[in-house]
Amino acid sequence: MTDTLTPILTKFWDAPQSWTLATYEQHDGYRALRKALDMAPADVLGAVKDSSIRGRGGAGFPTGMKWSFMSPPDGGPRYLVVNADESEPGTCKDIPLMMANPHALIEGVIISSYAIGCEHAFIYLRGEVVHVYRRLLRAVEEARAAGYLGDNVGGKGVKVNITVHAGAGAYICGEETALLDSLEGRRGQPRLKPPFPGAAGLYARPTSVNNVESIASVPGIILEGPDWFKGMGTEKSTGFGIFSLSGHVANPGQFEAPLGITMRELIELAGGMRQGHKLKFWTPGGSSTPIFTEEHLDVPLDFDSVAAAGSMLGTRALQVFDETVSVVRAVSRWTDFYAHESCGKCTPCREGTWWLRQIMNRIENGQGTQDDIDKLVDICDNILGRSFCALGDAATSPITSAVKYFREEFEAGMHTPAHVLFPPEKSVLFDVQTKETSGMVTA
Amino acid sequence: MSGNDTSHASGHLHLRPESKEPYAPDVLEQLRTDAAEVIARYPQKRSALLPLLHLVQSVDGYVTGRGVSLCAELLDLTEAEVSGVATFYTQFKRHPNGEYTVGVCTNTLCAIMGGDQIFDTVAEHLGIGHDETTADGKITLERVECNAACDYAPVVMTNWEFFDNQTPESTVQLVDDLRAGKEVRPTRGPDRVCTFKQVSRVLAGFHDGLADQGPGAGPASLLGLRIAKDNGWTAPAGESDSTAAPTDGTEGSK
Repeated sequence: MTDTLTPILTKFWDAPQSWTLATYEQHDGYRALRKALDMAPADVLGAVKDSSIRGRGGAGFPTGMKWSFMSPPDGGPRYLVVNADESEPGTCKDIPLMMANPHALIEGVIISSYAIGCEHAFIYLRGEVVHVYRRLLRAVEEARAAGYLGDNVGGKGVKVNITVHAGAGAYICGEETALLDSLEGRRGQPRLKPPFPGAAGLYARPTSVNNVESIASVPGIILEGPDWFKGMGTEKSTGFGIFSLSGHVANPGQFEAPLGITMRELIELAGGMRQGHKLKFWTPGGSSTPIFTEEHLDVPLDFDSVAAAGSMLGTRALQVFDETVSVVRAVSRWTDFYAHESCGKCTPCREGTWWLRQIMNRIENGQGTQDDIDKLVDICDNILGRSFCALGDAATSPITSAVKYFREEFEAGMHTPAHVLFPPEKSVLFDVQTKETSGMVTA
Repeated sequence: MSGNDTSHASGHLHLRPESKEPYAPDVLEQLRTDAAEVIARYPQKRSALLPLLHLVQSVDGYVTGRGVSLCAELLDLTEAEVSGVATFYTQFKRHPNGEYTVGVCTNTLCAIMGGDQIFDTVAEHLGIGHDETTADGKITLERVECNAACDYAPVVMTNWEFFDNQTPESTVQLVDDLRAGKEVRPTRGPDRVCTFKQVSRVLAGFHDGLADQGPGAGPASLLGLRIAKDNGWTAPAGESDSTAAPTDGTEGSK
């Protein structure tokens, strides 16, 4: 029986100077690399495959399988690109991980590069977290000075170098092919697939794009073995992950647990809901995953159980909202976000999110029309599955799920503004000096 | 305002005539030296474009016409290609930025936890709106999207450093301190907030030596770990325990 929480990547985040090489080595750091270098690359890849780890960036595609789908070596370069563009609303696991324990990622990158035959790996970090960038740059320097990076890694003649690259503010760059375009110095717009990055990725060479947490989990899998990893989690969602609770719980925070823990358990660990309030709705994996309500508290948070309940595990970004919150206001703001971040490449997403935004904003203002709900659902239906990448699909998730569970609030938006039905000051986490906000409309 | 109002945030890249004035020779020489270092990090030089635009901002405070021309020349691109990229990303500024960008998260979670009230209060206090700069050139106010710190909501970013668990009062204090030239310390970041230009240089990949300042993690990041320790919860033992692999004595410290 596994313990409720299993600190692995988070294990020494509380150590003084947790981010340094010295601290990392005190906690078994780079032992996995030494072990990996004594194995054949194919065996390292095999171990990751055997662990059945599924990608931690949202989609849940098996990491080892992704690697094995890369085109076979042809003598030319092969690339590992780490997706550190964490921007999905509600998601806040990779940023604290890289701030507190960047060497877990660096060691993972070196081992993974060795496994797939990559000599030059990239970490694409969103540009809006400058201190995390400093920590990564420093970790790469330290690893290079220690001989873990360079042209003769660990004295074994293996070549691995890492470039840490800062983006410049664009949610879409979390989409793997948009990320590659951005890394090539272009506007971050998704590419048509196929070809998949495994065949033609960065500079049209075989490339694997993996999430930070997936790669940071690799050293543990190598050092402790695939069976150790599979001993946690569920049969089809093996291992552990960082669960991020935010919003109206008493104590928001990060919880590293085996996949399959429930929201009921996590809310309890977070001290329950904030005092005097009850749960209304929550996201299991960020704003792009259909919302859940109280009835889903016992759904095991693994890929398949969450999917069976009608949503997605995503990035385990558990945003919690209590009864003071207007679901219309919440969804309207997410819709603003998707419209703002739509890259403009494909019509269903570019035009569709623009229309969704108009309609959501008028419903929020109590100015919705009779057929607005049908129109919303119809537009969503026309975006879903018809846009170039998952951003368009994601824009529809909060709307269709909110209409499903809280249709009456959308109906109320035909006559009463959301801020009248749900005064915003009741939701805030600090004491509000009561003051009329500008532009207040009365019903 | 005309339909071509280029000062508008969503307008096209507006290049003021003075932004095309040539760089002073010593500035240009330093830029070329730095750019060569950036370009050398990548197998193909176009990949250097985003860091080079950060580098331009570290000198000019925004993406200037002369900066666009320089990037185009260095990377064998047209100025239109460079501008096309510069206008896609929100961190690249199209007009002179303040010394400090204060970004209030108003994505759903932070907005509801109080971000909207914070933004309204600070905007009123400063007398400016989104993507506008105070007359003294100190503060550019922005609404920002989710910055991956939701467990510290409501969050305010100042030059991309974290200010966690903010209130309208704390943020007003923050901008007042910045305008008064006081040193301001982020919740999770270096000992003091650097200027927009200094931070832009870091984002171009030039380390400023501040990585070892500040905490490793804030209290919310450590909550699960603390609860696990209190309960004696740990991950199961794996292969490394049973084999008791000897350490080879090269560890960095004891």
